[in-house]
Amino acid sequence: MSAGTAAEFEPVVGRYLSLEIAGRRHRLYVEEAGSGTPLLCLHTAGADSRQWRGVLNDPEITAHHRVIAFDLPRHGKSSPPEGWHEDGDYALTTDAYVEVILAVTRALKLDRPLVVGCSIGGRVVLHLALRHPDLFGGVIGLQSGAHVDPYYDLEWLDRPDVHGGMACAGIVSGLVGPSAPAADRWETLWHYMQGGPGVFKGDLYFYAGEGDIRDTVSAIDIDRCPVFLLSGEYDYSATPDDTHAVAEAIGTDEVQIMSGMGHFPMSEDPERFLGYFRPTLERARTTRDRN
Amino acid sequence: MTEGLSVGSALSRLPELVNADADLVRRGRYVSTTFLIGADDTSWLVGVDEGRIRVAEGPFVMPRWRFALRASASTWERFWQPDPGPGWHDVMALVKFRRLVAEGDLHPFMANLLWFKDVLAAPRALHAVAAGAAR
Repeated sequence: MSAGTAAEFEPVVGRYLSLEIAGRRHRLYVEEAGSGTPLLCLHTAGADSRQWRGVLNDPEITAHHRVIAFDLPRHGKSSPPEGWHEDGDYALTTDAYVEVILAVTRALKLDRPLVVGCSIGGRVVLHLALRHPDLFGGVIGLQSGAHVDPYYDLEWLDRPDVHGGMACAGIVSGLVGPSAPAADRWETLWHYMQGGPGVFKGDLYFYAGEGDIRDTVSAIDIDRCPVFLLSGEYDYSATPDDTHAVAEAIGTDEVQIMSGMGHFPMSEDPERFLGYFRPTLERARTTRDRN
Repeated sequence: MTEGLSVGSALSRLPELVNADADLVRRGRYVSTTFLIGADDTSWLVGVDEGRIRVAEGPFVMPRWRFALRASASTWERFWQPDPGPGWHDVMALVKFRRLVAEGDLHPFMANLLWFKDVLAAPRALHAVAAGAAR
């Protein structure tokens, strides 16, 4: 918005959802916009739902979808549950991640929502399609890989003699595509700078190890739960080759590499991303409605 | 596209590129260390003093440094292209694809990673200067 234009609210509403997850009370921050087929949006490791601002504000999408983005516990405005200080080091597991998504889906009474997730979200949607194909109308994986080849020591992300926010932003800065607009690049990095201690590292426990789905990904039945894959060309974490390997394993032609983009497409360059995402989402919706 | 910068010419210009960038110097005000850049069999020592740098070209008899970044000369030259392409565009991408090895005490590097990335990418600006001069 340029200086001098009127102040205005976006059509995005943020609220806190109080709910039970795995036997503990949580207060989750949830944003939503639009109405229609539910679209649940999952942010990347160490970030939060602000990454979905472009999708939540897109009138073409919100005309057909109830778009919902929530902050995972410990991320954004979702504090960890009571007693977190005695939990030891945070380490996200597949079971815990899937349970959060199911709890939100139940709490909001979402009927066969489409789910789009990026990075760890792009991994967990594969687990959702494998474990709960009938609960979801289809999944869209951004930067989906069945595993990630480690390339740095995660210890640097959470130790008292290194600023965690700056280290996290430093690690991911090159994962933003080089043509991303400066405002969106730095918005994306700011989310990383704001992450709580050990949160990005704890998410990577799932991404870099425990959530490896190579052994079972081929068992996904895309007739029961269609899978759509979009990946950025410049991503060296979940590479285009990794995404193509997933597509091949599950037998889908629904895979596209987004030119010039990196690991955070919806956040690093929302406009460019929407050009790829809108038609994919439309096909996902049509497929869901037919099934 | 200009021809690739040689590692030696890029690094010889690095001090002026960094030290003339007031914001880069400000962001590096807590960085004081010495690191080594290796390209094939040649090495350079980069001294950092509160965000300002100086560069010395080897060979060295008994070099001392906190950490070293080693890659082939062709890797550095491609990294410094204005548009190096996927996998060559970022230091951590070079690490991921095993094109660059970071070794030694990496604490200063990892604690100031955004700053070091910008310092190491600074020679890309020389292409813009060369392209302007050619016009």
